[in-house]
Amino acid sequence: MPHSRKPDPKGYLYFPGCSLKATGVAYQESMLELFRRLDLPLEELDDWNCCGATSYMAVDEESAFLLSARNLSLAHQAPGNRDLLVPCAACYLVLRKTQDYAEKYPSIRQEVSESLRAANLPDMNSVKVRHPLEMLYNDLGVEALKAKVKRRWRGGHVACYYGCQVVRPYDEVDRPHNPMRMDEILRAVGVPTVDYALKTKCCGGSLTGTIHDVGVRLNYILLKEAARKGAQAIVTICPLCQFNLDTYQKEISKATGEHFDVPILYLTQVLGWVLGGDPGKLGLKRAISGQEQVKNWMLSYEEVESYV
Amino acid sequence: MPEDLVQLSPGADEGPFEPKIVAFFCNWCTYLAADLAGTSRFKYAPNIRVIRVMCSGRIDPQFVLDAFAKGADGVLIGGCHPGDCHYQEGNYKTYRRIQVLKRMLRDLGIEEDRFRLEWISAAEGDKVRTVVNDMVEKVRALGPLKMQVPEEAFPEEVPA
Amino acid sequence: MSENRQSVRVGVYVCHCGHNIGAVVDCKAVADYAANLPNVVISRDYKYMCSDPGQELIQQDIKEFHLDRVVVASCSPLLHEHTFREVLAHAGLNSFYLQMVNIREHDSWVHEDRAAATEKAKDLVRAAVRRVALHRPLERRQVPINPRVLVVGGGIAGIHAALTLANAGKKVVLVEREPSIGGHMAKFDKTFPTLDCAACILTPKMSQVRNHPNITLWTLSEVTKVDGYMGNYQVTVKHWPRYVIEDLCIGCQECIEACVFKAGKTEDEFNEGLAKRKPIYIPFPQAVPQTVVIDPDACIQFKSGRCKKTCVEACGERKAIRFDQQEVEEVVDVGCIIIATGFKTFDAARVPDLGYGVYPNVYTALEVERLVNASGPTGGEVVLRDGSKPQAIGIIHCVGSRDARTNPHCSRVCCMYSLKLAHLLKEHTGAEIFNFYIDMRTPGKGFEEFYQKLLHEGVHMIRGKVAEVTDWALDPSEEGKLVLRVEDTLAGFVRRIPVDMVVLSTGLEPQEDASEVRRLFNISCSAGGFFLERHPKLAPVSTFSDGIFLAGCCQGPKDIPDTVAQAGAAAAEAMALIDAQVQEMEPNTAFIVEQECCGCKTCIPMCPYSAISFKEDLKVAWINEALCKGCGTCVAACPSGTIKQNLFEDEEIYEEIKGVLNYA
Repeated sequence: MPHSRKPDPKGYLYFPGCSLKATGVAYQESMLELFRRLDLPLEELDDWNCCGATSYMAVDEESAFLLSARNLSLAHQAPGNRDLLVPCAACYLVLRKTQDYAEKYPSIRQEVSESLRAANLPDMNSVKVRHPLEMLYNDLGVEALKAKVKRRWRGGHVACYYGCQVVRPYDEVDRPHNPMRMDEILRAVGVPTVDYALKTKCCGGSLTGTIHDVGVRLNYILLKEAARKGAQAIVTICPLCQFNLDTYQKEISKATGEHFDVPILYLTQVLGWVLGGDPGKLGLKRAISGQEQVKNWMLSYEEVESYV
Repeated sequence: MPEDLVQLSPGADEGPFEPKIVAFFCNWCTYLAADLAGTSRFKYAPNIRVIRVMCSGRIDPQFVLDAFAKGADGVLIGGCHPGDCHYQEGNYKTYRRIQVLKRMLRDLGIEEDRFRLEWISAAEGDKVRTVVNDMVEKVRALGPLKMQVPEEAFPEEVPA
Repeated sequence: MSENRQSVRVGVYVCHCGHNIGAVVDCKAVADYAANLPNVVISRDYKYMCSDPGQELIQQDIKEFHLDRVVVASCSPLLHEHTFREVLAHAGLNSFYLQMVNIREHDSWVHEDRAAATEKAKDLVRAAVRRVALHRPLERRQVPINPRVLVVGGGIAGIHAALTLANAGKKVVLVEREPSIGGHMAKFDKTFPTLDCAACILTPKMSQVRNHPNITLWTLSEVTKVDGYMGNYQVTVKHWPRYVIEDLCIGCQECIEACVFKAGKTEDEFNEGLAKRKPIYIPFPQAVPQTVVIDPDACIQFKSGRCKKTCVEACGERKAIRFDQQEVEEVVDVGCIIIATGFKTFDAARVPDLGYGVYPNVYTALEVERLVNASGPTGGEVVLRDGSKPQAIGIIHCVGSRDARTNPHCSRVCCMYSLKLAHLLKEHTGAEIFNFYIDMRTPGKGFEEFYQKLLHEGVHMIRGKVAEVTDWALDPSEEGKLVLRVEDTLAGFVRRIPVDMVVLSTGLEPQEDASEVRRLFNISCSAGGFFLERHPKLAPVSTFSDGIFLAGCCQGPKDIPDTVAQAGAAAAEAMALIDAQVQEMEPNTAFIVEQECCGCKTCIPMCPYSAISFKEDLKVAWINEALCKGCGTCVAACPSGTIKQNLFEDEEIYEEIKGVLNYA
């Protein structure tokens, strides 16, 4: 992907999706704070609608395309010709897939065009749907991020967990097998990472809600391997991955007799902190597990006091 | 019209129009590819008639014009990919000639889809199939080329 | 000059080719139709025209009906044109009074509509009948064949071909681009299914090559240009500098001992990068020629010019080392060329899921051959990178073969060599061995028996494609291991098999520069990139360029027995050509009708073979028949139509056009 090492001075459009307004609000907070630190304007897409995520796509593909198409069309319409950053991995995949399929399959293209026309919306052609990981890697670059480091990471090794959706089937965010971009970024800014063979193995997604045992077991495997490799935290880029890995640790500990209390952080939280962002604005207290470690590593004594 | 001239445009009772495509294939690549299509049993439209030449460079643009004049609805030339010509450069000469020929055909009112130059290597049996099928459909859509001139008429002067 | 069309007597023969043509094309109807065409005296359909009775039928008809033109509608002319030309010759008719019609590959095999296929056959036959009337009697020009043969590639294929020819008394030039001959086979430890030591069966042949009076061996040499035509090729060969004079070096290797590098720093290519070598080295102990070679990229003398040159000192009076040696080009005349340039192994890094280059204990099969070999980097000890012995080894078949993402073809040798490695590894280490396969392909003589033997030895065979090689440990027993995750399709569940070492059975691919090499020799490649043979069944060692033959894996993946067989076949074909002493050239050359040439010189720059020159005295162009290859480009270029091409005259083509279109 030929991107020059220069972020767009006009800034980026930002598609939060439903999770970043609810259970994943820490992701939104830290993303906004990070971009503020980077001095890059980030504007939330006006009047965006739910993308349906992968659940809707699996149930009613046609309608799911239309949901996404509306968002893409709004983005296309927004002034400034800006790229659309989509931090939630599921939203990213669904929007990207809609764009791809509309291009490849004339029947879908036709349906989408007709529906958009009926809603008085322009066609959704040329908006670039991007994930912040790829944007940070390509538009800013590892060296530029390294130069902006303000704080020395006090925490331990982390395992970079990419999840399954940003690397398959589209490989623009990172390569499908053994992606390393998040690792490269974090290592450059002073956060040591471990070799994590399960970095793209699925966390189960919504399985923790539907077939709970299976979903929880998948997360157990991820947590256990990260610990085995010496990671003391897991860094992720998907709100559902974060939720899954974070929420069931007590349950897993009880069921297996192995103790898990690992902070599951967003890349934007870690980066935001290392680059000198306001720790109070990174949503660090919104998680369940590993709060002690987060307090020690990222909220200093003074900051703990002042953060109510 | 002379008696032994086959009517090429369909009469009312002759069914859908079947275009006649004359193809000139070079011996080393395209003819071989067509043979490969045969051994692979690929199926394609039967509208094509292949004339073998040793190299696409042998193809005089007059052959193409002659084919159209004598009743072809389409003409296809098949040669080796640039750089692969068995005789080094013959296909480059073909390419050059074809550029001028295409302009002539356009000026004569012969639609672009009726004449085609394709580079097909000896391993591309499948390409023969797709090219032939595609061309037949395009020419079918255009209908018969109504340019046929009976032989006796050739020396006649066209009245002003 | 066309003869009077009315005076010819044409015989038409429509072949059924069994069911091949007959099931789709109504051959009788075509024959009946042809019988009514102008000039056709006799028209028949017959089951197998190319068979003896079929051929005799034509010969009889020629005599009985005084035929002077023959049209045969059957398979591709590329298959049987020469057959039927011979038939005419035997009947006393000029061979070139024949025209063939392709109603098999171009008709019955590619169309389903029987009516349309029959109509097409009629059109094509009609065109041929019209065309053949204009054919003129032609004679094939005879050219002498240079009896020397060039063999390109010094692996087992090239070696065997060279020896076969040399033993028959032919002079051979064997060109090899590496510093030693031996090819891939020299790297193997034991060969399947006999478990013969590869070096033991190869090195005697290599010595024979070196000692044979009829073989000129050029190593560190490459073909850079090929001019000429069948029977008379002028081949330019570039000799890369060895920096050691072959005739003076006695192979004592004291220079290597004395080199200022106390230990090797450069990756040893022969040992697949598992060891290091010095800048001055001998590729492997049994190298032929037994001559040392210097790597200018690694040698200090080349980099800085200021080495102590202890090697020169050690060489002493022999003075074999010459740092100032230059590359030299030389032209050699040969009659035939046998291409035996071999293969390259698939780059396992292209399948990252299997961990090559990620986990240190994942090896390719060729690397393991070197490990297992007594003269390899570990002296035959199979150990992991940290020196410990593996307790469990996984061998994964079909890496880079039978895979839509990499190569669709089956590489033919991997199942057998995987089984062989399983046996050798078990012998060397006593470890648990697991082979992961899609299908077990053991077609050769003794191969299936070898497989059965392995089963008795207790090697575990798991039918399934390994999804990934990972260091993820699910429980303590997997700690420190490489886990292979695979669906065991026969047992019906997904398995995790922890091993210490993984062997990837990489497939065979064409050489990196195959597409450049094939242009050099003016041959084609088939779909997978291997060189194209003239016919996959009946002419597997010939190419469409007369006088150029193929042997070994450059034509397609195969094992050593098949390679040697092919090499022998190629040598035999070359010998057949040479022993005929003269070769007949296809008479499709171009010629200029002098009286009509106006001297415009348009044709002269057209010819890629510089066959056309200008006669200053007569102010006309002239074509040297010996150089003309019959492409016809000048024919099409001539503004006045003065240049004509035998067998492809304008008038003949116009008749074909009129014929297919059923024009008056």
